[in-house]
Amino acid sequence: MCGIAGIIHRDGTGDIGSELTRMLQSMKHRGPDSSGFALFGPASDMLVMRIKLADPNDARDFGWADRMERHRNEIEARLAKLGAVIDAVHGDQEYSYRVRFSYSGELKPLADYVEDVPGCEVLSLGHSLEIVKDLSDAESVAERYKLRGFTGTHAIGHVRMATESDVDISGAHPYWAYPFSDIAVVHNGQLTNYHMWRRRLERLGHRFQSECDSEIIAVYLAKKMDDGLPLETAMKQSLDELDGVFTYLVVTADALGVAKDEMAAKPLVLYESADLVALASEEVAIRAVIGREIDTYDPYEREVLVWHR
Amino acid sequence: MAPVKISYDARGLAEPDAQAPRVATIDDGAGAGRRAVFDAAELSTRQINLELRRLVYDEGIADVTILNPGAKHSIAVGILARAVITIDGSLGYFGCGLIDGPEIRIKGRVGWSVAENMMSGVVVIDKNAGSLAGAALRGGDLVVRRDVGARTGIDQKGGTIIVGGDAGMMTGFMLQRGRQIICGNVGGGLGDSMYDGTIYVGGKVASLGVDCVEAELTGSDDEFLGRKLGIYGLERPAAFRKFVCGRKLWNYDNLEPAERKLVL
Repeated sequence: MCGIAGIIHRDGTGDIGSELTRMLQSMKHRGPDSSGFALFGPASDMLVMRIKLADPNDARDFGWADRMERHRNEIEARLAKLGAVIDAVHGDQEYSYRVRFSYSGELKPLADYVEDVPGCEVLSLGHSLEIVKDLSDAESVAERYKLRGFTGTHAIGHVRMATESDVDISGAHPYWAYPFSDIAVVHNGQLTNYHMWRRRLERLGHRFQSECDSEIIAVYLAKKMDDGLPLETAMKQSLDELDGVFTYLVVTADALGVAKDEMAAKPLVLYESADLVALASEEVAIRAVIGREIDTYDPYEREVLVWHR
Repeated sequence: MAPVKISYDARGLAEPDAQAPRVATIDDGAGAGRRAVFDAAELSTRQINLELRRLVYDEGIADVTILNPGAKHSIAVGILARAVITIDGSLGYFGCGLIDGPEIRIKGRVGWSVAENMMSGVVVIDKNAGSLAGAALRGGDLVVRRDVGARTGIDQKGGTIIVGGDAGMMTGFMLQRGRQIICGNVGGGLGDSMYDGTIYVGGKVASLGVDCVEAELTGSDDEFLGRKLGIYGLERPAAFRKFVCGRKLWNYDNLEPAERKLVL
């Protein structure tokens, strides 16, 4: 089933960490397997990278803690080797880290080199995007990663009921649009031409970290944008080129977009005002952040909507 | 901003031992009949429904108002008695399903599958409705004053669905009996695979579904439309078009189903 949610403050900022936690937690019944957040904090010249070194449900042998430590050190060494100047490394979990660094080169070689460390996956990379995802419900994840009080401009999130692939961090949403900075996607639905698109994109050099069909959307949009298309055009093309049922949300450094398939098979409720747009699979999620009586509506099939900041 | 309860659990079955919270204020209203009102803001789905059932069934009150429903799911389902129920706000999914008899007014919006399988009664929604409004409707009137989503009245087997605004794609999909009045525009695939029944459209039709054909609007259609729209105070569009089943899928012939769809 899965639940998706998004919020964008069109002018100014908000405590998007708490807001998205409330939205996602109110849809816990749609998917308790994992929860994920893609949050846009204040933009800086430095890059922020969120990585995981292992999965929380991996078997832990005697050397596990040492290995985590060694792999983290290896990543730091590799970043330094590529000319990145590390400002801060912070780990909320021993298998999951946030690294902030200065770097002016290309992102793809950097991401590839870091992911070459065994077990490592770059969850997000960007100047303001941070993706946090882990097993269990949104409140637990927000608690573990101290997301309350995360101030920012816009965010999307996902609660997952795994149907197509494993329950692990790699299968959790949001997906970062590797190797493009500051783009992420969440998806509710199933894609039926997944394998075709995956083979097609792999031949073009894109990498996949999971067996989850939703990862296609992020990589697909990334490829289109790499070809020079604006986000909205890429999303419109996806309506014809991706087959299956979907409502997906995408965020970039300054925009939040939504696309619905041609059957309008997956729900979405939308609230739009001059200063705030909130959208989610269920209206309860919107009510969790807006206390007053509001007008909402369901977008129709084949709709692509994008809000800019 | 008012504090919002975060650990809201939408599954009513999570509280098998719940009791009616007995929070309603009952007005004995000399002569005018008894009325009750209660605030649902701090109640779970199960508690709201238990309180409503207590008031309607045990107390025999025929006029109940629910305040602050907060778009929760599955509110006011399975009410099998004549009563006027006012919901002062919006509902989530599966609201007012499986009802037989009540007259329900929702002052906000509803999510997917409102009034699913209603046997009789009236459900009036002042704002928008999501997809699958009136799915498998058997009787009564379902009125949405603004727009509805896709697949309105899927598998409808009776009753009337009235929409003041626009309707999405596949409206009247597999309609079997009953009527739909859409005052605004409708999306693609109108009346796809309908067996019987009638769909009236006041606006533009994006495209017709398989085996849905236009028919002539008769005097009795005109009288019916005027009467139904008059009851709910909806503005009548300049002209209505009438759509019915082409009956080409009714009987088997020597074509394979896939071939038959191509022929139509």
